[in-house]
Amino acid sequence: MNASANHPLESQRRAIVVGASSGLGAALVRLLAARRYQVAAVARRESLLSALHNDPHGESIHPYVHDVTQFEQVPLLFDQITRDLGGLDLIVYAAAVQPPVALHEYNFAKDEAMLRTNLMGAVAWLNEAALRFERARGGHIVGISSIAGDRGRVGSPVYNTTKAGLDTYLEALRNRLSRYGVTVTTIKPGFVDTDLLKNAARTFWVISPEEAAARAYEVIQSRRQIAYIPPRWRFVGLIVRSIPSAIFRRLNF
Amino acid sequence: MTNVKSISTPHNNRKATGHDVTRLSDGHLEKVTSWGEAVSGMSYVYRPSTVDALQDILMLARRSGRTVGFRGGGNSYGDAAINSENMLVDLRRLKRILEWNPATGRIRVEPGVTLAELWQYVIEDGWWPPVATGTSMTTIGGSAAMNVHGKNAYRVGPLGEHILEFDLMLPSGEVITCNREENQDVFHAAIGGFGMLGIFISLTLQMKRIYSGLLDVATEPKASLGEMFTFFHEYAADSDYIVGWIDSMARGNALGRGDVHRANYLPPGADPQPAQTLRLENQHIGPNLFGVVPRSIIWLFMRPFLRKSGVQLTNWGKYLTDNLGGAKRYRQPHVQFHFLLDYVPDFKKAYQPIGLIQYQPFIPKETAHDAFAEILSLCQRRDLPNFLTVLKRHRPDDFLMSYAVDGFSMAMDFRITRENRQRLIWLTREMDEIVLAAGGRFYFAKDSTLRAETAEAFLGPERIAQFRALKARCDPDGLLATDLWRRLFER
Repeated sequence: MNASANHPLESQRRAIVVGASSGLGAALVRLLAARRYQVAAVARRESLLSALHNDPHGESIHPYVHDVTQFEQVPLLFDQITRDLGGLDLIVYAAAVQPPVALHEYNFAKDEAMLRTNLMGAVAWLNEAALRFERARGGHIVGISSIAGDRGRVGSPVYNTTKAGLDTYLEALRNRLSRYGVTVTTIKPGFVDTDLLKNAARTFWVISPEEAAARAYEVIQSRRQIAYIPPRWRFVGLIVRSIPSAIFRRLNF
Repeated sequence: MTNVKSISTPHNNRKATGHDVTRLSDGHLEKVTSWGEAVSGMSYVYRPSTVDALQDILMLARRSGRTVGFRGGGNSYGDAAINSENMLVDLRRLKRILEWNPATGRIRVEPGVTLAELWQYVIEDGWWPPVATGTSMTTIGGSAAMNVHGKNAYRVGPLGEHILEFDLMLPSGEVITCNREENQDVFHAAIGGFGMLGIFISLTLQMKRIYSGLLDVATEPKASLGEMFTFFHEYAADSDYIVGWIDSMARGNALGRGDVHRANYLPPGADPQPAQTLRLENQHIGPNLFGVVPRSIIWLFMRPFLRKSGVQLTNWGKYLTDNLGGAKRYRQPHVQFHFLLDYVPDFKKAYQPIGLIQYQPFIPKETAHDAFAEILSLCQRRDLPNFLTVLKRHRPDDFLMSYAVDGFSMAMDFRITRENRQRLIWLTREMDEIVLAAGGRFYFAKDSTLRAETAEAFLGPERIAQFRALKARCDPDGLLATDLWRRLFER
């Protein structure tokens, strides 16, 4: 497969979406393909990937089966994808897991799974992109973080940690790379109706993965640095971050 | 894709990852741009200084499953010297002059020798490169691969006609000698074969004898495209060089007006002091424009003139000043006549942030006038002015992938902006149709917009099949590729 552009003068649109088998990632793959991107869809679940291939714009979607916790595979797979696409302009890291964790549960196996998928996988993939974009003097790195990264809460200590870690990592990449013309965007969705949500206790303002992808695409197009989707979550984040610890530690939220 | 992807080797030392290829060091990953900077790609760039190192790079390409492209001075306007996401070998460090015979004017050089280094080496012995491009930053290897021409193409043909012999390294590492007797099919296809058959590792060229460091130059204004053509017709037989400059903004009866420059070598005895005019220090462009403005900053002042109004003003102004003076005659050092593009270092910076492209069709003399007139007025109707338009005369040659015709070429520089990018692509499609209908051809050194079907239409399926057959013989594993090759021939 070689998706490299026929016409070098046309503005190039080549993207990788990691974590593309379901949810926001899958919806974003479809949307990018509909917007004339050539998209490498990287996901663990092959059956869901092949569903993407049946999309109306399926010929612009190039599936790669990969488990993001297989970190040592990342460099060669990244090489292969960039060669297959003929280059790279955008990478979106959307892979995340959130197993149910009870209030009194301390389960390292679950915690490790979240750290590996949500955070270490992001570092493995985005490090590759960062080096390339620095050399290319351009490019766009997008991390799908979460409102959950804004505070450590009783319900999901390590999930919060992975998203906070991702936020900080993306901020550092932004500080490293903006001087080379590279944009780094942190997208923080609220509740999105995906597999991750089925373990959540209370939900509100839930949006569909399609709507989340449409809003994420707008943010990507505008090249913003940090964006909550929908934007009203920005105020929630502001309030949550400003609750003093003395109060916050007494809440069951 | 080519079949090289399936080439693998057991001798790689990486842990099992599901892939059995060597990963190229990202230390070599670089952004590579076209001369006009409008086209770019990321490549793994290698700069060998010896032929042995070149062989190692070819081996590495096989182990990594990547293709290899070659790059000289990087002066192609499009994607001819870019091999995105694959390997690119910059040959500029292979730059030795291997043999020189000042009695016969034969010179054998490595591919990375630039035109500037070549003329500087031979001129004080009374020789000059037979074909000179508008910039002297081109390498001889790159110039042979693109089979470049100068303002004397109608008399002496492209560079290939002055190459006596070359050694070509095939992707296997084997070196073959090619000339008009030995391997003559490869000789006529590797010249102008844009690096797809092998790597020139040495080239023997015949220089042109000169008797002065000066040229006799005459310029005169012409009021229409028809007058320009008449001038070429009348003076081609007694001029060594002719070039026309066209005011791209003139309309109606004045469409295609501009001025012409013609130049002749001085015959023996015409220059009272040839030893002086041939001296290197008397062949210079000069550090300042009009003796005042440092050339290195001229591009700053060019920027405003690249807008439409600026293009209008500049073209009109140039026409007017040339017209006021009427016909002029003067003597000028070779360097000043030939290397116009070197006058303004970094002139392409004026075209930032995106860059420029050139569109240069070659059209037979019978249809050229009408086709060029149609193209010029089409650009005006589409509101896409071109900053510089240059007219030249050509003759056919016997190279397989030839762009030449018994006719004319018109080179047009277009600035790309975010706003005009798509319209410019559409315009080139429209121009392609005019060119094909007029029996015209295209030049890969300049091209960035052709489509595979257009290339097939002008070259003809037979030539392409012949070229493919030669490539299959010289490069059976399809190791050699560039973005241009993939765009036009790998379908």
